[in-house]
Amino acid sequence: MTEREHYEAVVVGCGPGGAAAAARLAEHGVETLVLERGVEAGSKNVSGGLIYAEDSAPYTIDDLFDGFREEAAERPVTDYRIHNIAGDKVKTYDLTDLHEHDTDWCDAVLRRQMDSWLEQRVHEKASETGGGVLTNVRVNGLLREGGEIVGVTCDELDPIEADLIVAADGVNSELAREAGLMDWEEPDEWFQGVKAVVDMDPGAVNHRFGIDDDEGVAHLFSGDLFEDVRGGGFLYTNEESLSIGTVFHLDSLVAEQAEPHELLDALLTHPVMAHWIGDGYDEREYAAKLVPDSKKVAHREPYRDRLVLVGDAAGQMQAQGPIIKGMNHAVTAGALAADAFAITRGNADPEAAGRRYAKLLEDSGTMAKLRPKQYDLARTVGERDAVTNVVDRVLESPIGSLALGNRLADRVLERAYNSPFLVSMLPDTRTGYTTVPTVIGEARGKSVRWKNDAEPPSLEERIGELTYDTDVGNPHIELRDDSAEASGAAVYACPVSAEEFGGGCYRTERVKTNGDEETLVSLDTQPCVECGTCAIVADTTWEHPRGGKGVEYREG
Amino acid sequence: MLTKGVPDFSEGAVSFDEDGHLERGKTPTVMNPNDAFALEAALQTRVRHGGHVTGMSMGPPGYASVLQGAMESVYADDSYLLSDRELAASDTWATAITVSAGIEKYREEVADVDLVFAGFKTADGETGQTGPQTCWALEWPIVTHVVALDIDPDERRLRAKRLVEGDVDEIETVEAPLPCVVIADPEFEPTYRKASHRLTHKQLRAETRERAAEHDEYLTTWDHADLNLDPDYIGLDGSPTIVSSVDPIPKAPSEREATMIDPEDGAAMEPVLEELQPFAGGD
Repeated sequence: MTEREHYEAVVVGCGPGGAAAAARLAEHGVETLVLERGVEAGSKNVSGGLIYAEDSAPYTIDDLFDGFREEAAERPVTDYRIHNIAGDKVKTYDLTDLHEHDTDWCDAVLRRQMDSWLEQRVHEKASETGGGVLTNVRVNGLLREGGEIVGVTCDELDPIEADLIVAADGVNSELAREAGLMDWEEPDEWFQGVKAVVDMDPGAVNHRFGIDDDEGVAHLFSGDLFEDVRGGGFLYTNEESLSIGTVFHLDSLVAEQAEPHELLDALLTHPVMAHWIGDGYDEREYAAKLVPDSKKVAHREPYRDRLVLVGDAAGQMQAQGPIIKGMNHAVTAGALAADAFAITRGNADPEAAGRRYAKLLEDSGTMAKLRPKQYDLARTVGERDAVTNVVDRVLESPIGSLALGNRLADRVLERAYNSPFLVSMLPDTRTGYTTVPTVIGEARGKSVRWKNDAEPPSLEERIGELTYDTDVGNPHIELRDDSAEASGAAVYACPVSAEEFGGGCYRTERVKTNGDEETLVSLDTQPCVECGTCAIVADTTWEHPRGGKGVEYREG
Repeated sequence: MLTKGVPDFSEGAVSFDEDGHLERGKTPTVMNPNDAFALEAALQTRVRHGGHVTGMSMGPPGYASVLQGAMESVYADDSYLLSDRELAASDTWATAITVSAGIEKYREEVADVDLVFAGFKTADGETGQTGPQTCWALEWPIVTHVVALDIDPDERRLRAKRLVEGDVDEIETVEAPLPCVVIADPEFEPTYRKASHRLTHKQLRAETRERAAEHDEYLTTWDHADLNLDPDYIGLDGSPTIVSSVDPIPKAPSEREATMIDPEDGAAMEPVLEELQPFAGGD
């Protein structure tokens, strides 16, 4: 037996959090190995797709990577709006003030392009200090000695020891779970997003949104478009495509038994979209992602021994009403974790770096953005069902509608939407997501009667268009309990499964037993997009596929 | 690392005349497919232990492209082509004499050699003799059918796993001193379980891409005079093998006629459905 390999730092995952950590570690002269499970960074990644550079942030991605905006990003957001929808009535507010609050710049991105570009830069930087980026390598667990975390284990490599382990392995971080820092228990701590990347000639993008080559739009959608499912939709312009998606509270998807792909289709086929999509809807890619709700899960002490968590792995995804920020916080966290290690280098206490990292997150104001105090105060009353019901009933009553619908209210509401302070208070009830926007749309909206001819592909066609390298005979998810009570929710909540659809991951089967009939759930992981939804809503043993296996996103 | 150019026998590329003879002029030349496994073995050795890898081949000047391809796959540092008219029509014996002379010249004038890697047979000749005969000419040990390989540079020994096919396939573990000839089996699987090995691999790939694009600069051609070989012992004159005739094996006559039917054509499909009727079951 030869000696174990050792690197000063091992970074797991080469998304923005891992890339920022690795780049900053290399700048500190730390020997850094980055392990990425995709065939290329970005091939496993999905985001709605806006990345922010905040004025107040200690690090932004273009600080760390020269040329990021020119080479890795799509269009900047120069126009930001929210559409309140009630039936075919739409009332639009300009959210530019909110958007520009604390914003140096904000660009749309597609993750395959962005992360693969970052991977190249990170490899160059890390090579200078004796490390680099390896793709097709899945870290499958923590290496321990006497109970203490000292490194990582991998499917493809022998165990590796490290003085610092950065878990930047995303929302379904297996390392965070093995360390006992995160779990997959409560649906109300998560959102699930699905997205379509729609092909569009750059000239058509410019023409339909009234913008130039170096401009872009971000539109949000809320109201009764999605029945009672709490969430909303978005549309962002890329250079040669649109990113159109919907994001919902996972508990609400489960409660309403909603099919995510149908909610996306409801947005894609709404009359308000007709002009932007035009005729000849051409979907390049369907994608899905689980999103942590930082208000509830952002870990205040995201470390254990030599392990630190950054980005989605630590729940650092800020979604408060129309503010959706994840990648920028991952970048900040990654860079701060690297700084914390550099400051405490040589300290005998294995948790010195982790403790310093948590303090830097606090001192830099990052934790306050992820877990705003206003929200904690507001939600104690706001999220109680009784209160919600009363408020909803008043808002839906003629008096409430009148109040929300009058001209003065209109101005007040537009200002309220644009107030970062008020937005951070928004409780996660249907009042904010559905009732208010619907009443606004109903009372103040204009009917949109454009004919939308878009015919989104069926789920079967969407799965058929995705690229997979299936690890045949080695499924990465096992169903532990196949009863409908334990795992039935996955059949609709899984973005690549649906009731009455035999080609998805999860299906229901009626099985006749002695004089009885039972509904059981079955699983085929082939179409899996590795979003992690079923890890929460079903009873499974959930792992990522081996390095390079599973779904490969081209757009992301 | 020894390699050979062979006709591309893949469908669509290969061309035969009316008598079933291979038309070499019309068929592109590619690297012998079995050599890919030898390349993998050479690359794994280089990644794990460092060193310098040279590609060598015997053949017409056009084989430079084969060596260029080999350089891209094995991340070789340079290429040597043994080439002139006197070498044409060599059998395996004459080839082995020539190649071993090339290796000896390389050792005398360029650098010492620890290992020679070769594929186990070529796709055109299918003899599997050139590697062992070269080894005999060099008076080195040889390990054939290698599926896994480990080298102890300090002891100057290699340990290899050989696949011995028979009624029951067996894996035999053997050791040999360096220098040594290694013939890789198609089952050879390189393994890179160390991050540092994978980083080296990645580094080599990046460096090679630039080098392979300028392959001519890294190519040395030696003719029989450079190798100090007597024309009587090489090429056609030095080849004891006589191929008296080549007979195409006639295809077994088909017992049934195949008919193509367009499934969209309803009338044409009718007899098909009738034929299928008895197998459909039910009524």
